[in-house]
Amino acid sequence: MDRVSVHFEDLQEGDEITDWPPVENISRSHFVRYAGASGDFNPMHHDDTVATKVGYPSVFGHGMFSAGVLSHYVTDWVGVGNLRKYAVSFRGQLYPGATLSFKATVTKKYKEGDENRIDATLQGVDDKGTVIINGSCTAALPSRG
Amino acid sequence: MVDKSIVGTEMGGGSMVVERGKIMEFARAILDENPVYFQETDAPAPPTFTMAGAHWPSGSGGGGAKLADLGLDLLRVLHAGQEYEYLGEIKAGDSLTSRAVISDVSEKEGKRGGTMTFITSETTFTNQRGEDVLKARTILVQTSKAAS
Repeated sequence: MDRVSVHFEDLQEGDEITDWPPVENISRSHFVRYAGASGDFNPMHHDDTVATKVGYPSVFGHGMFSAGVLSHYVTDWVGVGNLRKYAVSFRGQLYPGATLSFKATVTKKYKEGDENRIDATLQGVDDKGTVIINGSCTAALPSRG
Repeated sequence: MVDKSIVGTEMGGGSMVVERGKIMEFARAILDENPVYFQETDAPAPPTFTMAGAHWPSGSGGGGAKLADLGLDLLRVLHAGQEYEYLGEIKAGDSLTSRAVISDVSEKEGKRGGTMTFITSETTFTNQRGEDVLKARTILVQTSKAAS
């Protein structure tokens, strides 16, 4: 059922994954759709009047929107159901018009019980080089065995 | 300053049903077209799906504190981060109950002066079979001045 694109043997500590396609043309529609899906209707994410009143140039994305999009690249990579831990911290605002790019770095490869696991750090940056989100994950990967 | 004695405070619990349509809607919102989320039976929940629990009654009427009760000034509170530990599968049709507890309070000096207080709330989700399937930690930060 999973679209696993990677096996434990394929990865080494220090490997970087930098070829994930960026999300271009981030728009208010992305934020509105995420608001509806998640139930987070903080007006900072859809109402420019409110966002500019407190000094932001415009609305900006939910941290959990970026976290959700990043999680989808991660599950495409390691397979749905293979994620054991996923953590994110929000570093910068994602504004409409931005392009959001992600990368991953494998930091550790190990056995845990009968699972072959990797740890990786994750990062999302916009097209100005601003870090939007930092993260990390632990996944149990299938073996080619 | 947030009183560190709030660590251990039980927050309101909640409940949610993992609906198939919501899984599809959530997957689309995170730009995920993986067919596994669109299958008729046993569609899994995406990794951050439980955020959609915000649509469900919090159940806080049944006891438990709210953030404002803990001495937090919500106008100065931001969502700083989120962590998940996946303990079991969550699939369409599952019924989850959750209980949350304040698990950590710590302070850090901000770059532009002033103290930032980090408050971690840990929520455990249990399925209809009584199995703990997910721990989710929400890290909030309260700045010492109004957010601008």
